Amino acid sequence: MEPIDQELEEGELELPSQPMSLNMGPSHPAMHGTIRIVMELSGETILKADVQIGYLHRGFEKMCERGSYSQVFPYVDRCNYASPMLNNVGFALAVEKLLDITVPERCQYYRVILGELARIADHLTSNGAMAMELGAFTPLLWFMKGREMIYDIMEEETGARLTHSFGRVGGMAQPPSVNFKAMVSAVIPRIRSIIGEAESLLLQNRIFMDRLQGVGKISQADAIALGWTGPCLRSTGVAYDVRKAHPYLVYDRFTFDVPVGQEGDNWDRFMVRLEELRQSARIIDQALEQMPEKGPINVDDPRIVLPPKEEVYSTIEGTIQHFKIVMEGIKVPAGEAYGYTEGGNGELGFYIVSDGSGTPYRVRIRPPCFAITQALGGLITGLMIPDVVPTFGSLNMIGGECDH
Amino acid sequence: MSQKVVDILKEKFAAVVLETKSEHKDETAVVEASAWFEVAQFLRDDPRCDMQMMVDLCGVDFPDREPRFEVVMHLHSIRLKHRLRLKARVGDRDGDEAKIKSVVPIWSGANWFERETYDLMGIEFEGHPDLRRILLYPEFEGHPLRKDYPANKIQPLVPFREGYEKLPPFDEFEGMSFGRQVFRTGKVD
Repeated sequence: MEPIDQELEEGELELPSQPMSLNMGPSHPAMHGTIRIVMELSGETILKADVQIGYLHRGFEKMCERGSYSQVFPYVDRCNYASPMLNNVGFALAVEKLLDITVPERCQYYRVILGELARIADHLTSNGAMAMELGAFTPLLWFMKGREMIYDIMEEETGARLTHSFGRVGGMAQPPSVNFKAMVSAVIPRIRSIIGEAESLLLQNRIFMDRLQGVGKISQADAIALGWTGPCLRSTGVAYDVRKAHPYLVYDRFTFDVPVGQEGDNWDRFMVRLEELRQSARIIDQALEQMPEKGPINVDDPRIVLPPKEEVYSTIEGTIQHFKIVMEGIKVPAGEAYGYTEGGNGELGFYIVSDGSGTPYRVRIRPPCFAITQALGGLITGLMIPDVVPTFGSLNMIGGECDH
Repeated sequence: MSQKVVDILKEKFAAVVLETKSEHKDETAVVEASAWFEVAQFLRDDPRCDMQMMVDLCGVDFPDREPRFEVVMHLHSIRLKHRLRLKARVGDRDGDEAKIKSVVPIWSGANWFERETYDLMGIEFEGHPDLRRILLYPEFEGHPLRKDYPANKIQPLVPFREGYEKLPPFDEFEGMSFGRQVFRTGKVD
């Protein structure tokens, strides 16, 4: 072995210190919803991050321009698959705004209860997945147990566990089943106790707290400028909830609190969702009490709502009505409207332009995740790779909605 | 939404507000595309409007009209609880010259919304910091949300990309120079 006789420049024998580029996703266990993050690293610290979405783009808005208004419902189901019922209701409300109709009171309560159940399912999934990604598998199973109960109710009511396609313009596909109230009031206390049990596993867990607290912070002003809404915005301390600020359906008849955080970090986002579970349960309790036992579920307008099946098969008027709605679609007067509701992740808006025909001229979905995910690159810059997982988890990005 | 904001806008920008209307409790103001940025800036900064949040930005295509596209922006004030729909019309019949000033300096959240509108509708936002396609891939030809784009059109297959070409999200002048060298050549000396 020859001795080192040549002159070495200072530092030449040290480890290479160039920044490294790393691809996280699109198929990565923590990147649920298929997203790709290209990072430039120095050691384990992220110097730059570029978030790339679009892997789940299915041309939602283009597809909507091809069918009738009723044919949009299956598509909106697949936008936010964690809370499809909220999307159904959101789209129905936007079209009803354009039609200037209000659904009967019983239907409004029905929509509220189903929607809040969907919100509970959404937040259970989001919080459970976040805990699981940090290694806490048991709370996930606990949360899933609660979600399973909600899915059972949904299956009983709509016939489908996940993609219900249950909303209709001017009402719902079916009236509530006979046991609806009994089922919901039996499940809510059980979900409450499940939330309590699951949170007792997490809230005093040192590892869980250390990985969430103070990580992925965002200021109030930044969050507003970025267009954040929903639990993520509320975690920064802004008490903006569409249900309170611009009440729709019968939300103004319930007493419920809007939980807010202080720091805007991952911990606050987790805690806001946890508290919203309880508030949703509170709303459901009150709605069950106030919901009328009898009454119509659909608006009384043959141009909008399909006639009952018996009439279709036995009368000529019913057959014609049915045929016209199915083949030509609901004729929505020309104009435009922006309908907005509180979805699982924030303000879910539908901007609909109608040219007076049975097919929407333009349907624009305003997905709450889209605005939230665009901040991800900024949030993780300067953090370490392990911090990406909880930060991304706490934003609750839903691929179908973000990429529409 | 609020009629008040429309009145303020009409008073302040009488020359550039082309039309206003109110339907289904939504107020709309259509402004000249050249004044897009100034109006947006005013709406955010004026305490009577206080539109701190840009909720949504999208494009609508009317192939029979001239100008062809509408850029539609929904604004919201959390403090005053009012909303406004702001529109501008751009582009000629062929869909060219569809250009408007970017509002990213006013609301940082407009970034991805403008990229999406550029991607799907082909409206260019001047002064946007990073106008790339967002939902579709770079080789995609055309803009699918335009009415003259057939819904069943099939795009050609993209040839296999070399490993290093698909990773350039960062400007070559960004970051450390030696880092960029490694990035481009794929070699560590």
